[in-house]
Amino acid sequence: MLSSMTRSTTSGRKMIAVSVLLALVHLAILFAGFLAPADPAAQNRDFPFAPPSPLHFIDARGHLHLRPFIYLWTARPDSFNEYEESREREYPVQFFVAGTGYKIAGLFPSHTHLFGVEGPARIFMIGTDNYGRDQFSRILYGGQISVAAGLLATVISLALGSLIGCISGFYGKWIDESAMRLAELFLVFPWLYLLFAVRAFLPLHISPTQTFLLLITVIGTIGWARPARLVRGIVLSAKNQAYVAASRGFGASDVHLMRRHILPHTYGVLLTQAALLVPQYVLAEVTLSFFGLGLSEPNPSWGGLLATLQQYNVLVSYWWMFAPALALVVVSLGYLSVANAFHERLQSVSS
Amino acid sequence: MHRLGCLATLLLASGLNCFASSLPQTPQRDEEILTTDNAVGRYGGTLVVAQRSEPKTLNPVTAADAPSREVIGRLTADLIHINRASQQTEPALAKSWTVSKDGRVFTVKLRHGLRFSDGQPFDADDVLFSFKLFLDEKIHSPQRDLLVVGGKPIDVQKVDPYTVRFTLAQPYAAAERIFDGLAMMPRHLLDKPYGEDKFASTWTLTTPAAEIAGLGPFRLKEYVPGQKIVLERNPYYWKADRSKNRLPYLDELVFLFVGNEDAQTIRFQAGDTDIISRFSAENYSLLSKEAASRGTELFDLGPSLEYNFLVFNLNDLSSKNLSKIAAKQAWFQDPKFRLAVSSAIDREGIVKLVYSGRAVPLWGNVSPSNKAWVDATLPHPPRSLDKARELLKSAGFSWRGDGQLMDRQGQPVEFSVIASSSNAQRSKMATIIQDDLSQLGMDVHVVPLEFRAVVDRVFQSFDYEASIMGLGGGDADPNPEMNVWMSNGGTHLWHLGESKPVTEWEAQIDQLMQKQMVQLKYKERKHLYDQVQELVAANVPYVFLATPDILVGAKKKLANFKPAILDPNTLWNVEQLYFVPANGSPPRATQ
Repeated sequence: MLSSMTRSTTSGRKMIAVSVLLALVHLAILFAGFLAPADPAAQNRDFPFAPPSPLHFIDARGHLHLRPFIYLWTARPDSFNEYEESREREYPVQFFVAGTGYKIAGLFPSHTHLFGVEGPARIFMIGTDNYGRDQFSRILYGGQISVAAGLLATVISLALGSLIGCISGFYGKWIDESAMRLAELFLVFPWLYLLFAVRAFLPLHISPTQTFLLLITVIGTIGWARPARLVRGIVLSAKNQAYVAASRGFGASDVHLMRRHILPHTYGVLLTQAALLVPQYVLAEVTLSFFGLGLSEPNPSWGGLLATLQQYNVLVSYWWMFAPALALVVVSLGYLSVANAFHERLQSVSS
Repeated sequence: MHRLGCLATLLLASGLNCFASSLPQTPQRDEEILTTDNAVGRYGGTLVVAQRSEPKTLNPVTAADAPSREVIGRLTADLIHINRASQQTEPALAKSWTVSKDGRVFTVKLRHGLRFSDGQPFDADDVLFSFKLFLDEKIHSPQRDLLVVGGKPIDVQKVDPYTVRFTLAQPYAAAERIFDGLAMMPRHLLDKPYGEDKFASTWTLTTPAAEIAGLGPFRLKEYVPGQKIVLERNPYYWKADRSKNRLPYLDELVFLFVGNEDAQTIRFQAGDTDIISRFSAENYSLLSKEAASRGTELFDLGPSLEYNFLVFNLNDLSSKNLSKIAAKQAWFQDPKFRLAVSSAIDREGIVKLVYSGRAVPLWGNVSPSNKAWVDATLPHPPRSLDKARELLKSAGFSWRGDGQLMDRQGQPVEFSVIASSSNAQRSKMATIIQDDLSQLGMDVHVVPLEFRAVVDRVFQSFDYEASIMGLGGGDADPNPEMNVWMSNGGTHLWHLGESKPVTEWEAQIDQLMQKQMVQLKYKERKHLYDQVQELVAANVPYVFLATPDILVGAKKKLANFKPAILDPNTLWNVEQLYFVPANGSPPRATQ
């Protein structure tokens, strides 16, 4: 008894930590414009593959600075993509600086960035890519695409899944039979190859918004089968409960029965499914973008950022290009432990 | 007698090589062997080279793809050869040749006593037979175009068993260069299939090695599908070094099929291959970091002859159902629009970001490393957005409040650029151009496509707006460029299949190219070709971007390695290559 108590409190504490971390990541992505010091598409052609700018407190003369500062990167003579710090001048990190315009959460225009340094120096928290674009800003903006794709696709998939699952379980017979066979077909289909084939038939250029909508529609629609099967199972057992029969006896319509008495049983499962599906769909978006089926340049997404690692020399030379993978791991593990917690809660409730 | 000769050779080439598979025949008295002036090497060893894809065929007459030609080039020989180092022609199977005063008749003397790699003799009948194959319209040899001068195929006559006379319909500048790469074929093996109309299906990859014979330094030993192709020494090869050692020194030459450039780099890094060529500047820097510790050496040979460019679709689309693209052609057809694009492109940025500085920016079709033909007076205007805006304004374009460029009809200027996704450099160039042109208010989309899809759209369906392509690299002479600049040429990419020149300047280029082709004096020809380069630069049918450097690498113990700018960069003197033994004893041939 005691041990299970302590276990639940530690897991509760872990849960809180994970939720806070997830919330922070989402906030950071939502307010990417404010947090990111640079425009994600802005190229700095003098700084391709510059490493992260180290923050200093002690300058070249040995003086201590309370405000952290950075040095300007300069290309090493007779070399390419190799840099050293020019110790001539310190560039202190400043907060709430004016910079390129953006929209807070996509709505309110603003010019203020959380931090930055005076030109010509540029602060690269996680280095730069091939075109000298700030990797930190690109990861934040890329998260907007990747995480939003995951969330929206999950909504589509759960909506479709619960609709089909509910109807199939409630009405049974040939409807159930055909819906479930279709679900099996969707589960076994090799989607990636089909998507490659579909891309070949699309027009040469589709706008980034169209690509994004297409992406989430495709990912979301493909994924309806699993939630539909789960929902159907719950509906099957719920529709035979005595109170459902009683309600029906009082003349309740099918829609009323489903909404009031049957669907509420599925909420727990749907929530767990959501927490499971979000990371899965973020990964799906990353996979598609990695293979060039996602948003085109210069729009960042985590899969697109990781695609640079397909080049051998990038893979072995520039470790900071792995940073999007780290963001991906944090988001995926976060959601999966939330899903786990939901699942445990559900089981303890049902037992 | 033959067996006795073999035994004698065995005794002569004693030492380590006693059990080598095929030992070179000692030069016979009646053989007119070519003596090379390379450092004398030693026999033995296997040279391993990586290829990105498998050759499609071993038939020298029909081969069109680079991997096939690279292998076939080692199996065969030509009459007159372009020395890759000096870029000049030199005698090969031909001992000497004379040209008539009017430049139309070539009389070629063949070397006596040469043998194909199967031991059968070579003479004028084989030359006649080979030219019959190259000129046969049914065989569709990619080299046929070069052999048709003034609308008529070259006339080939046998004078005696070792003399052949070639007659051209009209004078043709640098005509001896067209013999380069025309493989001399064995009549004794191929006359029968040719007579039965089966020539096109001969000498595939699966043909038994015994049925393939050539005059190159190597002959086919084995083909392992998906893995490698192994060549072994041709014991009858017609070159020898100063010390009368018959070349080549190497026992075997192996082409490994590795799939892509990164795999090529890794295999070289791991020491699996001895030579690397055609790889990116990024991988070059990667390899050069550890070159010393791995016993390899890397060479940056300077700019190649290849030119990369952005081309707008100016094709006649009236017969195609592509009205959207046709509407945009109103912009593309305006030279001011193309000049504005050219002026806005940051070529230095391309050199730096795409090629890590191992390239040169380009404003014309001739690479600066082609010193004999480049027009040095061609202007190199620096990047200027102001000039670009001025040009656009004078062409009737204007800007909307948000900076978007609009045309006369009030349509936003927006187009897509296709580039081969397998060529990382071209996709990167497209991304840079996209950023550059966005500063002019043009909305450019980069569409990476599979290489074959790009080729199909550019050459066949014309379903594209702009594309990044690369051309050139074969020879330094202007004549192979005829099909690029003549308005009816097969590689006249911006507007294919013009029945007559559409614009004034295209008509002028046609005339100049025709004139330079029949002009025999270098100075006059250069003057004509300079005018072509000026017309091209002024009218920008291609927006030239950059020429990458030729980068190669080899193991240090490989001697006589003299990489060249002309293709094949590393294997052109493969017969002279040899391995210096690890213990560092001075290189000596086993006599």
